[in-house]
Amino acid sequence: MNRIVKIILSDILKNKIVLVYTLILAVLSWSSFGMEDNTAKGMLTILNVILFTVPLVSILFATIYIYNSSEFIELLVSQPIKRSKIWISLFISLSLSLIISFLIGSGIPLLINAPDFNGIMMLIIGVLITAIFVSLAFFSAIFNRDKARGIGTSIVIWLFFALIFDGLILFLLFQFSDYPIEKPMIFVTSLSPIDLARIQMLLHLDASAMMGYTGALFKEYFGNGIGIAVSLLLLFIWVIIPFVLSLKKFKTKDL
Amino acid sequence: MKYFLIILLFFSLSLKATTIHVGKKHEVKSVKKGIALAKDGDTLIVHGGLYKEGNIKIDKRIVFLGKGLPVLDGEKKHEVLSIHADSVVVDGFKIIRCAYATITDPCGIKVYNRSHVLIQNNVLDDNFFGIYLQNAQKCTIKNNTLKAYGKEEQQLGNGIHCWKSNDILIIANRIDGHRDGIYFEFVYDSLIWRNISTNNVRYGLHFMFSHSDTYITNIFRNNGAGVAVMYTKDVKMFNNTFDENWGASAYGLLLKDITDSYIFNNKFNSNTSAIYVEGSSRNKIEKNQFNANGWAMQIQASSMDNEVVNNNFIGNTFDMGTNGSLVLNTFDSNYWDKYEGYDLNKDEIGDVPYHPLSLFAVLIENNPSAMLLFRSFMITLLDKSEKVLPSITPDNFIDNKPQMKPLPLL
Repeated sequence: MNRIVKIILSDILKNKIVLVYTLILAVLSWSSFGMEDNTAKGMLTILNVILFTVPLVSILFATIYIYNSSEFIELLVSQPIKRSKIWISLFISLSLSLIISFLIGSGIPLLINAPDFNGIMMLIIGVLITAIFVSLAFFSAIFNRDKARGIGTSIVIWLFFALIFDGLILFLLFQFSDYPIEKPMIFVTSLSPIDLARIQMLLHLDASAMMGYTGALFKEYFGNGIGIAVSLLLLFIWVIIPFVLSLKKFKTKDL
Repeated sequence: MKYFLIILLFFSLSLKATTIHVGKKHEVKSVKKGIALAKDGDTLIVHGGLYKEGNIKIDKRIVFLGKGLPVLDGEKKHEVLSIHADSVVVDGFKIIRCAYATITDPCGIKVYNRSHVLIQNNVLDDNFFGIYLQNAQKCTIKNNTLKAYGKEEQQLGNGIHCWKSNDILIIANRIDGHRDGIYFEFVYDSLIWRNISTNNVRYGLHFMFSHSDTYITNIFRNNGAGVAVMYTKDVKMFNNTFDENWGASAYGLLLKDITDSYIFNNKFNSNTSAIYVEGSSRNKIEKNQFNANGWAMQIQASSMDNEVVNNNFIGNTFDMGTNGSLVLNTFDSNYWDKYEGYDLNKDEIGDVPYHPLSLFAVLIENNPSAMLLFRSFMITLLDKSEKVLPSITPDNFIDNKPQMKPLPLL
């Protein structure tokens, strides 16, 4: 497996898009810490980057890369290698490369400007979000033979989690505002990795507003050590499930 | 005969103001006996040591002085010091463990219907109520340290509690862990200056029906529900600091039915809601600094004719919140760090008015659970479009002269 990972990884890291992605992340992160006078504000800007740019680039780049390397995959399949091994290697190398560029682009300024619990938490969440959206890319790529449709599905998935899901939550909140829906809503919110990451980060960053009212409830569920562990676990499940589904499909797929 | 008279006068004077020492090494061993021996105008010096004498009643006009911090222990059974005389001075005692009772409200030091009492340099530790002025006039409470350890409201009394009093000076006390740090009810014309009230279970400062009082340079930090002031007119609050009062119903400063008051040059840092205004009118809130609060101000629609002028709003999650669409207050000439307007003529005043009320703040006021979506892109998008074309937020809730630069407040 290592050799396949090595080959794909070196191929991706030579890719100009990944370099540009790293550069953009670096510029955004450094400038957000440079322009804001306090680190908390810089952290919030980086949070926006993590929740907006990172998922978009991860899912799009991974989807396109899978389609572009279909011939390479076919070549590998013809060799005496297990199919699952090929697919897992591809996943590991793709997410690893994007994680590396995230760590270089955003991780270094984060660790220099905010070398505390929040900074490390932000890094972990960024890494998980990258892996989640690469995993979702595998999911959308394997179920669409057509490249255009695959990319379209990826964009819709991203749009869904970044925007539409929140709209649905707002709609539900106002539809059921007469009922005690806080606890069910916490469950519903944890169905979206971006929302989960956002709330988890906000509990540590912008606690002042979150503290009051419903915030206290979130703090109770997500703020303590167990809550953090549970939400990280949920994010981890978000990495596993789409990928495992795509792996199942890949094992039996007629390429 | 002449000399005799002078000598007589001399003796009578010295008789009039004797000093009585109480302590292990002195003739008088008990405080109670010392008080019994004393006459009006005498000085009673209590030397260091532990005195478990139950309730000590001072019913003479004496100076009651502690030397080497003598400890008066109430053993959780008695009120420690009851003052039933005018012009008593209580200085330099450590008063601990007074009783707990909800009907009589036993205290560390209680003044009953007297005037000109001076209570200073005492340490009060683990008492139910700390210092209690009941129907007192012209009293001074200075340089005392009060600490209590209870966890729940009903187990605790107030630190400095004043009822139906006037012309009180409360200066440079430290109050920690009581129910309310400083509590006033029907207290008029008093000055509260340079006190530090922290970690109290309910309010750092709490007053009701206490007109014409002035609060200067106090610090209220990390109290369970912040500071609440109610049903009062003509309050002046200058240069106070309201820090880290947060929680589900905590306020930096809660103004309820406050009229004709002046809130000037205070600092509000990291409170859930820095100022919450309800049913208040004709107040001026000027030159205050609002830093990193959840809400800088929540002005309910029941308030009118309040002026919010020349304040700095920096790093607050929400600058304003309100529960209605009626706006009867003015918000001119403040600095808002979220202002995105421009200043073409360079007069340091923004050319376009600022809407301090965001759509999300209104949504949350209607449906607090919507806090779930805080800082999500959807909300940012809605907020931006609302800023351009106000439809849900009241369009006259504006600052017509937003400052381009923060005001130089100290």
